Amino acid sequence: MPPNCLTSIRDKLGNGSDCSGRFLWGVTATVCLGDLLRGTNLGDRLPELSGRSVLLATRDQLAAALALIELDGVARRLIVCPPDIPSVHLPSVIAKCGVDAIVSDHDLQDHGGLGGPLRFTCSTAITPVKGQEVEHRATEWVLLTSGTTGAPKMVIHSLGALMAAIDLGQNLGSDVVWGTFYDIRRYGGLQIFLRAILGRGSLVLSSASESVADHLTRLGAHAVTHLSGTPSHWRRALMSPQARSIAPCYIRLSGEIADQASLNALRSFYPEARIGHAFASTEAGVGFEVNDGLAGFPASMVGAHGEVEMKIDNGSLRIRSARTALRYVDAGDGVLADEEGFVDTGDIVELRGDRYHFLGRTNGVINVGGLKVYPEEVEAVINRHPAVRMSIVRSRKNPITGSLVSADVVLKGGPDPNSADGQIADFKREILQICHQSLAAHKIPATIRCVPALEIAAAGKLVRHHA
Amino acid sequence: MSIESTIIAEIHQIGGEIEKDLPPLTDDLVLLDSGLDSLAIAILVTRLEDTLGLDPFTESNDTPPPVTLGEFIRFYQNAAKLSDVDSGQAG
Repeated sequence: MPPNCLTSIRDKLGNGSDCSGRFLWGVTATVCLGDLLRGTNLGDRLPELSGRSVLLATRDQLAAALALIELDGVARRLIVCPPDIPSVHLPSVIAKCGVDAIVSDHDLQDHGGLGGPLRFTCSTAITPVKGQEVEHRATEWVLLTSGTTGAPKMVIHSLGALMAAIDLGQNLGSDVVWGTFYDIRRYGGLQIFLRAILGRGSLVLSSASESVADHLTRLGAHAVTHLSGTPSHWRRALMSPQARSIAPCYIRLSGEIADQASLNALRSFYPEARIGHAFASTEAGVGFEVNDGLAGFPASMVGAHGEVEMKIDNGSLRIRSARTALRYVDAGDGVLADEEGFVDTGDIVELRGDRYHFLGRTNGVINVGGLKVYPEEVEAVINRHPAVRMSIVRSRKNPITGSLVSADVVLKGGPDPNSADGQIADFKREILQICHQSLAAHKIPATIRCVPALEIAAAGKLVRHHA
Repeated sequence: MSIESTIIAEIHQIGGEIEKDLPPLTDDLVLLDSGLDSLAIAILVTRLEDTLGLDPFTESNDTPPPVTLGEFIRFYQNAAKLSDVDSGQAG
C-alpha cells in the first residue's frame, strides 16, 4: 500500500502484524506496542480530542511517543513541542496554530498566558480502552524549529510527507532495534521513530537527563541494531568507554555536516556496521542518503530526475520532493518553497571533483553540535562591553562539535590591540563574563581575538564570509 | 611548558570559566566524567590548537578518539612527535 493511503500510524501498527514482541523503551518505563494497540495513555479521553488542534507538550519522551501514535489520525492538527522550547513562546504557538487542546504529562498552569484550551493528561501508563469509536481523519503535523528571533518557526507536514523517505521494504525484520541520540520531537528523531514504528522494530528512546555512558549502556542492553545521531552525537559517544557496549549493524548520521574524519573514525570503531549519512531538514524533509562512506554527495545527484530533485542556485542547495513540508503556519515566516516547488535548504555546497561538499549556511547560522547560533545575537551581547567598538562572530571548525563560536573584536581607542596585553586579557575576561550572563553555553565564544579593524562592505554592513 | 602541563592548565581554565569543580586530574580519569561536557572538551581542543598548533582529532583519522585523560595527553604528545613540533619536556 503506498504510504499516502495510510489513514494513520495506529492503522499501520494494527495492520495484521504482531506487536506483542515490539517495545518502546524509555529511561524509566517500557511500553509494549501490542498493549498500546489495545489500550490508551490518555485515560479514556481520546474521543474528546477528535478533530481538535492539539498541542503535545510533555517532559517525558515516552509519554510523547505514545500520544503521537494515539493522536495521529484523530486530531485535526498535532503540534509537537520539543522539550526545550522556552515557555515564553507557548502562548504565541497556541494562538497561531489555533490550539484548542493541550496534552501534557505535567501541569502547564504555572507558565500562565496559555488561554483556554482544554487540558488532557497523558502518561507512560497504558490502560484498557473502553471501546469508543473515534472518527478518523488525516492529521496535519506541525513541527517547531528555531528561527532568527528565537521564536520558533512552525512547519506543517503531512504524515505522507514525513514517511515518504522511509522504505518499508527495508529493515522489516522484527529483530530490528532502533535507537537515536535525538529527541523524537525533532525532525531527525521523528524520522527514526517512524522507521521503528512503521517497520516492525522496537525503539530505545533517549533522555536529556541521562549521561552518554548510561544511554550507551541502555542501548547495549537492548542490543540496538540501528542507531542514528548527529556527527557530534557520534563523536561524543566514541569518547565514552561504553561505546564498546554497542555493536550496531547500521549507523546513520544526519543534522550536521558529516566530515570524512568522523566517517573514518566510525568505520574503524565499528568495522562491521553499514554507515550512511543523510541530508535532512525540517523544511526540506529527507533529501538523500549517502552510503559509500565518503563525505559530501555525488555530483550526479544534482539535476537528476527522480523522487527527489536537486539544484544549486547561488551556491545553495535546493530540493523538490514529496518529502518537503507543506508550508509555515505563520505566513510571516516566509514562503517555504519557490514557484517550482523547490525548497531552499540554506546550505552552501561546493563542487570538488565529482562530489559536492557542504561549506556552511547562507544565513551565517553556526551549528554547534546540532544547536543553532545566530552570530548577530552573540555580537549584540559582546558589543555591550564599553570598550568594544564592534565585533563579528564566526563559525570555527571543531572536531568534537562540528563548529564552535569564535569572535573577532575591535576595541575603542588605539589602532594596535597588542599594545597592552594585560588590559586586553582583562577585556576578554569581562566580555566572556557578559556572555556567560546572557547566553546559553553553546553560544559563548570559545575564542576571542582582538583585531585592529573589520571589513566593511560598500553598503556599510560587516562583510560576513559564511562559507 | 610541556604538552601535559599546557593541557592540565587549559582544563583548569575552562573548568573555572564554566564554574565546575573538577575531580583530581588523574591519568585514568574518563574525560566525559571529568565535569567537562562535550562542549567544554570541544573548547579545550580549539584552545589547544591555538596554543600548541596541534589538532590530532582532525589529523589522525583512523585512531579512535581518546577516552581517558592519559590517552588524551598521549594523543597530543604523539601528534607533536609526528608533526615535528618542539614539544618541550613532553614524552
